Parts: sequence; structure tokens; C-alpha cells
Amino acid sequence: MKVLMFGWEFPPHITGGLGTASYGLTKGLVKHDVDIIFVVPKAYGDEDQRAARIVNASDIPVNYKSKEIQEFYHRMTYLEVGSSIMPYVDPIEFENLHQEEGKLLKEKEHLVLGEKYDFSGKYGANLMEEVARYALVGASIAKQFDFDVIHAHDWLTYSAGVAAKELTGKPLVVHMHATEYDRSGEGRVNSNVFDLEKMGMDQADLVIPVSNLTRNTVISKYGIDPSKVKTVHNAIEPVEQADLEVKRSVKEKVVTFLGRLTFQKGPEYFVEAAKKILEKDKNVRFVMAGNGDMMNQLIRRVAELKIADRFHFTGFLKGEDVDKMFLLSDVFVMPSVSEPFGLVPLEAMRSNVPVVISKQSGVAEVLKHALKVDFWDVDGMADAIYGLLHYESLSNMFKVEGKEEVENLKWEHAAEKIKELYQEVISN
Amino acid sequence: MRSICFYFQVHQPYRIKDYRFFNMGNDHYYDDEYLNKSIVERVAQKSYLPMNNLLLDLITKHGKDFKVSFSITGLALDQFEQYTPEVLESFKKLAATGQVEFLAETYAHSLVSLKDDGEFKRQVEMHKSKIKELFGVEPVTFRNTELIYSDDVGSKVAELGFDTMLTEGAKHVLGWKSPNYLYNHPEHKNLKLLLKNFRLSDDVAFRFSSQSWSEWPLTTDKYLQWLKQVEKDEQVVNLFMDYETFGEHQWAESGIFEFMRILPTKIIEDGEFEFKTPAEIAKEAKPVSELHVPYPISWADEERDVTAWLGNEMQDEAFDKLYALTEKMKGINDEKMQADWLKLQASDHFYYMCTKWFADGDVHEYFNPYPSPYEAFINYMNVLSDFQIRVNDMTENTETPVQFEEGKLNIDFSELQKMTAAQMKKLIAQIDVEDLAKVKANVSTEVNEKIEKYLGKRKEKALADLEEVKSFSKEQLDKTKKLIQRFL
Repeated sequence: MKVLMFGWEFPPHITGGLGTASYGLTKGLVKHDVDIIFVVPKAYGDEDQRAARIVNASDIPVNYKSKEIQEFYHRMTYLEVGSSIMPYVDPIEFENLHQEEGKLLKEKEHLVLGEKYDFSGKYGANLMEEVARYALVGASIAKQFDFDVIHAHDWLTYSAGVAAKELTGKPLVVHMHATEYDRSGEGRVNSNVFDLEKMGMDQADLVIPVSNLTRNTVISKYGIDPSKVKTVHNAIEPVEQADLEVKRSVKEKVVTFLGRLTFQKGPEYFVEAAKKILEKDKNVRFVMAGNGDMMNQLIRRVAELKIADRFHFTGFLKGEDVDKMFLLSDVFVMPSVSEPFGLVPLEAMRSNVPVVISKQSGVAEVLKHALKVDFWDVDGMADAIYGLLHYESLSNMFKVEGKEEVENLKWEHAAEKIKELYQEVISN
Repeated sequence: MRSICFYFQVHQPYRIKDYRFFNMGNDHYYDDEYLNKSIVERVAQKSYLPMNNLLLDLITKHGKDFKVSFSITGLALDQFEQYTPEVLESFKKLAATGQVEFLAETYAHSLVSLKDDGEFKRQVEMHKSKIKELFGVEPVTFRNTELIYSDDVGSKVAELGFDTMLTEGAKHVLGWKSPNYLYNHPEHKNLKLLLKNFRLSDDVAFRFSSQSWSEWPLTTDKYLQWLKQVEKDEQVVNLFMDYETFGEHQWAESGIFEFMRILPTKIIEDGEFEFKTPAEIAKEAKPVSELHVPYPISWADEERDVTAWLGNEMQDEAFDKLYALTEKMKGINDEKMQADWLKLQASDHFYYMCTKWFADGDVHEYFNPYPSPYEAFINYMNVLSDFQIRVNDMTENTETPVQFEEGKLNIDFSELQKMTAAQMKKLIAQIDVEDLAKVKANVSTEVNEKIEKYLGKRKEKALADLEEVKSFSKEQLDKTKKLIQRFL
């Protein structure tokens, strides 16, 4: 079986969970004898080609004189919007982006419809321009390769998937890693992104959300026919545990939040829970690792609550620093307001750190050895953290059994389900 | 003739409310009053009241030919008093027929038989007197929480003076032996054991309404045939089950009440069996052999062991921390403290923390108020931590000690002066020597003389032997005063 897969990023060049998930999935599929052509906007040449044949969209010429391409382009013109859409904002780029005003797509028509296009493959100010160009590339690629099914990851690639489907008549599977509702929250939804998401799912033969939570959103907010929406939970790639030596510099127990400091991740609930715990027990330190548009507001709140001597901000962590942070942590908390899946708690558990997660996360649907609370239930969250810090038998059980549980969440299993779903759409 | 022995278990724990760690030290009220009340009321309506009426009708109809036995935990009785006195009344009516035997168990439906002999004894005695007080009969047969039994538990029960005990006819203990005989303890030969026939009991208790069961629907005729298949020379078929089976586990719509209304009549008419209570069987039948049970068994799950309550790290930590308080609790006379101490010992709290079903993805949701064993554990430990604080506050001498000689205490022991000779003797017989010394140091010469008059030789010697009590708190004196008031 051959799959034409459209993604936005591929390791090692990733900024968010999307790339990690796409990679894990392709590796899982290879184990089930599925061949994958993986298209990314920009390939750097050092991607892992064992799992998939990586196709660099930047190398694909678009025949702009082709009638089909022209027609397709004209139907896409609703994409002409400003550029303040940041789906998976890289914290490093965060500040620059805020200052930059994008140009209208119309003005860039000559670029988009050019013979070749140099994608950045990031989530920059010209994102919409890149998305439009990517769709045209999708159409061109579809004609060059031979495959049985098309699989597109998230809205950025949906247009490409739809174009490929229209040109080849092959079934389209769209994967929903995160919806616009998760990223922006109710009332702040970007209608252009919403339209793109809905268009992709409407055109698709099958929609795969990463959790039942996301499945509900897809059905209730986007009005997608439930019979073609089938959940496949994400999994986690096993890693060689790096031999890190970290010396604890504080004698207090450490409770950690790790994620973007944005509405979606619910960092403010973590701050309030910290306050509740510190009122009872001074021997705890709280660490907030991450960056984002709520940073300043959170710092002010911590000061206002007078807990700054026990509450620490580290800024954005990556790579080895993340592993080190886990080694120093006694409890990890993910209070997300809306988390389609949520990979970080699995990484924490893999490092023997017990976790408290919000019930509004997809990962809560698959985990047993985690304490689950509603994100708004600050009392419940504080109590769960306190329990893990004070009752040793509980944290011991979580360390041992949680690790085992995570090790059994393999991409291989998820990929098996997806292969079955491919077979279904192909035979229909 | 073969006998049939019905025994029904009645128990309701006090469920704990959502208790956060920041409640510790401030909030000493642990009950989920709403939940407890609504469950007890619901089960009363659906099960206890209709089934009691049904049994009462059967006894009226068949007279001495129909008998049953009950064990009702102290915690359940307390809740009936609190929420559904009509249930208590209806049990009293059953008791008044004389055809119903009431068994003894631990007051709190606790697991203390596996932990502390002294506390075990105390709770059994407490339960015995509660049953006597309510139903006018002293229990002579013992059943342990969840039918937990081992040679060791059996010894303790025998030492408490019981000569009959109920337990599970666990396959792994019986081997080829039949549960339908009377057995006895290997050392305490006088302790006779009645073993549950788990197949016939569970056919009613667990399988009755299960449509996937090949024998569904279970009719009284079919069940009678099964009973009759029991070998003619066997002694007794012990049908032990939770009383909530009727109307709660098996809904009224399943026909369970009709089944139970008709079955006894059919059995009596058939004439091959007679209904007996455990005490009657123990008196009339002779044990056929000894039964060795080196490790505790129970009537729970396939394993028939105690792993539903103890064994995972959380259960063991909670259990050990709870019973670490036993010694200190002996010195605490506070009524609410003692009540909480019992409520916290209920086996149910440990059952909620069980992870063995959780791992299989199977959920034992029935009557379990928690979404997972972890929440159950945290909530229980929060409450237990608060309880610990209270125990320590009451036992550690946190207040400034008051010196004997200073005599500045504002405690008035003038009641002593008004006591009659009989009251005085009773008080002296029961009061702790140390408390007596405190009292003597704080009363007038006149009262002291009165005390000494009734002291008696033994107490006199004990007082003389008492090491000098250097100091004690006002709180302790208050407690002693309360004790004295009880004898007035």
C-alpha cells in the first residue's frame, strides 16, 4: 500500500507536536508495510528517510499555465487574509511575529504562482501564502507519483490534500491534530482557518481526530458527519534514555508546568493551585517552563499572590533541558483548557514523574496512571498535587506503573488501526 | 435430614466527602452526609424494607419451619438510627419472632482481625452489646468482615468465647472436601465452622438476573432440584449472601422477590430439607474434620482472598497509618473521635483503593464513589491526616502543664461530695488509678476522706504504688471530670 502524505514539518526540523506525531505515525506505518511519500514545504536533507520518502515541496515546479491549476487557484482566493494566524507558534519567533504585518495574498500572486517557490516551512507571517502555494504543489505532486490513498495532517495541508484528491480521484484521509477551537478558544476562532479546516474535512472520505475530545469538536463545531470521523489516539516514540546527571540544588519538592504560556494550556490555573498548596506547605517549589503571550500577566499574578520566592519561571526549554527539568521534578502538571492530545505528560511519565492532567485533554482518555481533574477545578488540582507530594505509596505506584503504561503506548498499534482505516476507504 | 442455612449480610459504610488537604486542621467533619443518607434511604426502600416484610410473612406463614440469620454491622445500625428508623423497627419485628439469629462481627466492618487483637476484641464486644441493646439477644455466632478467616483469626474468635463461625467454602482451601459439612478449628476444637456453598449462593446473589447465564431464568423448581442434588448424607447447605442482593443488586423487576417468596414454601413442602440457624446447626451437627487455613480467605472475587482490601502500596500505607493510632485512641474518650475512628476503619475505604480490577480495565463501580483508586486513596489519606492531627493534639501534652501543688485549677469536683456510697464504689472500681490520683490532688480534705473510705485494699495499694504524677493538663482534668459525671 502506498500513501501520499502531506505534512508541515518532519524531524529534526520541528517546532511542535505536529511534527513529532507525523513522524511517529510514519514509522509505525512502515512496520505494517505501508510505503509513504511524505511531502514537506521545506526539506533540509537531513530528515530520517528510513520511514518515508521525503519530498521537498520547494523542489516541485508548478505549471501555472495548466488549466487545472488555474482553476484550483481561483477557488482558493478566500485565503487572502492578513497574517496574524499563528497555529503552532515557535516561542522564539513569537515576539517578532507580533510586530510584523503580513501582506495580502493578492499582492504576492506572482510569487505563489511562480515556477518555483522557496518555502520557509515555518509558521511565519507569510503562512497563508505558503499554505496556498503548498496546495498547488499538492496538485502537481499528485500527478507525478503513484499511490492508493492521500493523508493530510492539519489544516495547513488540507488544501494540498483536497487538490490531490480532485486531480486523481484517490480517497482522502485528513488527520485532526488540533482544531482552531483548541488553539484559540471559543469566541476567538479565526474564521479563515475554520473554513479551511471545515472544507478539508467535508471533502475528506475519512477524518482521524487524535482523541474523542477532538472528535466531539469536529462533529459539534464543524458539523462533520460522525460516521466518517474515527478516533485514533496518538502514541509516543520510545527513546534511549540519556544518561543525564542532575544534582538537585533545592531540598524542596518540585512541581512543574511545561508548555506554551497561552490560553490553551491553562497556565493560570497552575499558579492558583500553587498558591493553595503554599498556604499549607512552604516546602514546595513550582516551576513554570515555557514562553508565550501570557507570560507577563502570569508573573504579575505570582507577585500579587506573594509566592514569587517559591514560584519560578525558566523561559522556553528545549532538548536536554527538558529532560533535566523532568529529572528535577516530583510532579508534572498539565492544566490545559483544551488539549487535543497532549504528549508532554507521557514524556514526564517516561522519566518517572507522576502527572496531574486536565480532563479536557485527549491523553486523559488513554491514561490510567494519572490523576485527572477539570482544568477549572483549582482545588482538585491542588489536592491531587498535594497527594502526590505527600503520600509516598501513591507516587511510587505512579512512577513504576506509569512508566510501564507509557511504554505500551506504541505508534505501531496506532498505525495498525490507521492501516485498517486506509483499507476501508480504499475499498469503498 | 439436611439443613438449609440462610445468612444475610447488612452493611453500609459512612462514605467520606471530598476532603481537600487544605481542610486539614480546620474541618473535622468527614461524612458525605448527602450521599450516605440518599444511599441508605434508597436501599431501604428498594431492598431492606420489602425483603424484611417478605421474610416476616414467611415466618408468619410457616412458623418454626422457616428461619434465617443476619449480621448487621454497627455502622449500618448507626445509619438506620440516623436516617431510616423504620428499617430498625422492621428488623426488631423480625427479632421478636424468635426465628431469626443475629450474628456478631466487628462493629465497623473492619479488617482489624488481621491487625490488632485488642481493637478487634473491643469492636466485637461493642457490636455484641449493640445487638443486645437493639434486638434483646446476645449473639453466639461470629462472622468476620467479608467472611475473612484463617487459623489465626479463628483462634482469636475462639478466645472471645464464640463456638461457631461462618466463612467461605473456598475451593483452594477445601480441595476435594465439600462445604456442606460442619468443620472445626485445628486447635480450638470447640470452634465450629460453617462454610458458604458458593455455587448455590452465587447463583442467587450474582447470576440470578444475568441473561447471558445459560441457566437464566432461574426458577424455584430448578433451584430446588439443584438443592436436592446435594448428597443425602451431607449436613447443611449454607446460603450466604449480601442482603442488598434482594432489590438492589438484583432488581425487583428481575423477579428476585417472587423467587424468594416461593422458594422456602417449595422447600418445606418438598420435605427433604429443614431451615436452621447457624447456632442450631452448630449445636446439633458434629464436625466431620478439622479445616486448616494458613492464609486468610474471604468471600470476595475469584481469588477468595484479601487482595481486594490489602496488598497494593496505597492500601498498605493507609492501613498501617490508620492502625498506628490504635494505642493513642485507647486514651481518648471523646465521643466524636471514637465515632470517627470506627468509621475510618470500615473495609470499604480500602476496597475503593484496589487496583487489581483497574489494571484489567474492568471497573468495580458498584457503590464506589470514586472515579479511580488514586482519588480514593488521596481523599482517605487527607482525612486520615486530619484525624492524626486531632489524635496527636489530644494525646500530646500541648497545653502548659499545671503543677500539683499550685492548686489553682478551676475544676470543680464538688459532685463527688453528692455521690452516694454505691456511686462512689462504682466510680472507684472503674476509674483509672492515675485519674484518681489527679482527682485526689484537687479536692478538699473532706472529699479525700470520703474517697479513701471506699477505696478498698487493691486501689489503695495501686495508689500507693503509683509513681508520682508530676504534672498534667487542664484538658486531662476536664476529661476526668466528664468521666466522673457519667457515674452520677
